[in-house]
Amino acid sequence: MRAASRITFWIKGAQALALAIAVCFSMGASNASSRFNDLGHRLMCTCGCAQLLGECNHVGCTESGRERNELSAAIAAGDSDDQILASFAAKYGATALAAPRTHGFDLVAWIAPFAVFAAALLGTILLVRQWSVGKAKVAAQAPNPAMDALREKIRRETGADNDGGF
Amino acid sequence: MAAFGSFALLIALALAAYNLFAGTIALRMLATGQPARISPERLADTARRAGIAGFIAVSGAAFALVWSVFNNDFSITYIMEHSNRALPAPYKFAALWSGQEGSLLLWAWLLAAYGFVLRLTHKTDVKLYAYAGTILAAVQVFFLAVINFAAPPFSLLKGAIPDDGNGLNPLLQYPEMVIHPPMLYLGYVGFTIPFAFALGALMMRYPGEKWIKITRGWTMVTWLFLTMGIFLGMHWAYAVLGWGGYWGWDPVENASFMPWLTGTAFLHSVMMQERKGMMKSWNVWLIFSTFMLSILGTLLTRGGLVSSVHAFAQSSIGDWFMVFLVIVLAVCIFTYILQRSHLKSEQRLESLVSRESSFLFNNLVLLAACFVILWGTLFPILSEYVQGSKVTVGPPFYNRVAIPIGLFLVFLTGVGPLLPWRATSLRAIRRNFVIPSIALWSTVIVCLAVGVRPWKDGSFDAGNFYALVAFAISVGVFTAILSEFLRGAGVISRQTHRNLFAATYLLIRRNTRRYGGYIIHIGVVIVVVGLAGAAFNRSEERELALHDKLPIGPYTLECVGFTQDSNLNYNSEYALLDVYRDGKKQFQITPEKRVYLASQQPQTMVAIHSVPGWDLYVVYEGTNPDTGQPIIKAFLNPLVSWIWAGVVFMVFGTFVALVPSLTPATAALRIPATQPAPSEPALGGGH
Repeated sequence: MRAASRITFWIKGAQALALAIAVCFSMGASNASSRFNDLGHRLMCTCGCAQLLGECNHVGCTESGRERNELSAAIAAGDSDDQILASFAAKYGATALAAPRTHGFDLVAWIAPFAVFAAALLGTILLVRQWSVGKAKVAAQAPNPAMDALREKIRRETGADNDGGF
Repeated sequence: MAAFGSFALLIALALAAYNLFAGTIALRMLATGQPARISPERLADTARRAGIAGFIAVSGAAFALVWSVFNNDFSITYIMEHSNRALPAPYKFAALWSGQEGSLLLWAWLLAAYGFVLRLTHKTDVKLYAYAGTILAAVQVFFLAVINFAAPPFSLLKGAIPDDGNGLNPLLQYPEMVIHPPMLYLGYVGFTIPFAFALGALMMRYPGEKWIKITRGWTMVTWLFLTMGIFLGMHWAYAVLGWGGYWGWDPVENASFMPWLTGTAFLHSVMMQERKGMMKSWNVWLIFSTFMLSILGTLLTRGGLVSSVHAFAQSSIGDWFMVFLVIVLAVCIFTYILQRSHLKSEQRLESLVSRESSFLFNNLVLLAACFVILWGTLFPILSEYVQGSKVTVGPPFYNRVAIPIGLFLVFLTGVGPLLPWRATSLRAIRRNFVIPSIALWSTVIVCLAVGVRPWKDGSFDAGNFYALVAFAISVGVFTAILSEFLRGAGVISRQTHRNLFAATYLLIRRNTRRYGGYIIHIGVVIVVVGLAGAAFNRSEERELALHDKLPIGPYTLECVGFTQDSNLNYNSEYALLDVYRDGKKQFQITPEKRVYLASQQPQTMVAIHSVPGWDLYVVYEGTNPDTGQPIIKAFLNPLVSWIWAGVVFMVFGTFVALVPSLTPATAALRIPATQPAPSEPALGGGH
């Protein structure tokens, strides 16, 4: 009974935490200057300098000033972030966006790293667990004195007697 | 000199080819035991001597190029394109690696230099060194073939010889550019040595792990060079490019970071092989991957596959590198399949919560980070292939994907050393983790209290959130490492009645590798704190007439004048800005803009005033063409100096790890004779 109430407590706690995180993430940028800063870091300067629009400052850039003005005008006109990004992509090409979009083939760019990482993590955990289960079997095997002796000899020869602790 | 240089390169190619073929035949004869007119040992020795002579030949070619630069020999196309008469001497030297052909020559020279040392020290293990030397010769043949036939540095200019050259790219005319590329190349090229040993050991079914111990020094030195090269590049970008940052996730930056990640993974996982005879296949593939990523990075940036502000001009050498990469991969796969039975692990992991597992997860995360960067770098090519149009994969992608992985890695940096080998108990976990956990959560509370909160103006702020997590984890990890030092030093102090500092010194000397590694981890933590500071960067840009003011953070900049200067190399304009804090003048700062005469290219020279808390970073952006007023952009970048301080710790830690540990016998001699004999087990051999 006590265990059940403890589990319920932890579940409710996790739900509250998830809700708080979701609320935090769902909140949008609130004012024009923070939106300008945010969008300026999601767009590239198209002059070929390979810098973010919000950070492009190289001497004599012919594009960034005009593009920043376009961005300010679009924010002032009340366009949404998606509309602004879409209009820049339509006008200057997909390379004007600093990161792949989250739909179509571009979505693969976002999913693949996490999918690969999750698969590798899961695989590693399963592998270690499988090895752990079989540890009794491993322990039952006779140690290989020849290999141990060889390793000891190598340690002596290379002066690495006590450096393996790290 | 051009003819001498070209001839020297041809001789070097011939010697490398002889080294490769004679070495291969000798090793084959040794393996099969076939009788021949010449003994295989003698043949292998002639191959080794050819390798040594090859170094002299490549050195001759490198000398010829440097000589030509210093003597303004503009009949050589490379010199005409990358130097001019007024170029200061250190930058003339740097012209050696400022272009495609010269930098490949530097690569070949460094490779020959590494090979020279390897071949001179062959008596450590004659047969293994013969294998490694022959594999190294194969790599040398490739690079020398590229230099001789695809990107010759001594090709002569067609038509009339100009009186002066085009000059060096202004971006490269900065002191760090004299040392950053050689450091980076020493790192890239250096990974060829552990690669050659690993492949050679696998080919000859080398018994045991001695090859790893032999190459440990090579790998660590190489890793150190790559680390220094990367951070010098970051500092150069910060001080020269003028955008206020130091890392832009540019493909060239990524190309240097990927082998660093796999090399770091290798340095950690080899310890598993040395101690437990585990992860043999994994280690072999890690070092293969590190070498191939070095070549892939070169292919990406020199072959024009991806666009980058750093990339060399597009050329046909990309095809050469592609073919070479395919051959290397094929050789690695073939050798591995043929010899994989030799790489069976002698032991297995026993627990999910153990030092071994932490190494495994550390490797996993490092490789995940490497994959993310490789994926992001190659995705534009993939997208163009699939959709027909390129996309940009810039900082927003990496910040969202790579930062969480990086923070997890830093977390593991703290967790790993606290876990014992084999398995651990819940009690041991509680004992080891309680203080770092308290430190971590205390940091969270303090950060929230002082305003580092993951929300701003009612909205979630990812930058602040990551900064908060980074600060908390960093303090937790630092505490964990510090507790390891204190625990060990405490035991020695009790054993030997030394004070804590002397005991710490002895502790480090007894196991330099382990505690050097911890010092490197402290450096990483300090770097992470510095990187987290970027979340709080702020900037102000304004046209400043005389006596106009620009407030930023605690400072106020007042324009007190503008001045001009010129020399044979460039004309420059300075802004003279007095910096006030709390109404008192603190210092003067002078951001500069130069126009280089030979190339007529402009260049900003950032003025930076650095204190531990922040950098005041001021850029003179030029004048507004409409108003004629100078434009000043000022940044206040918190904690940047921590990044450079962290690197110093990393370098120091690497040097410590390279110093041989005191053997138990020597260590015992250092205990004063009047002290009682140690009653506790000696430290340094792990938990």
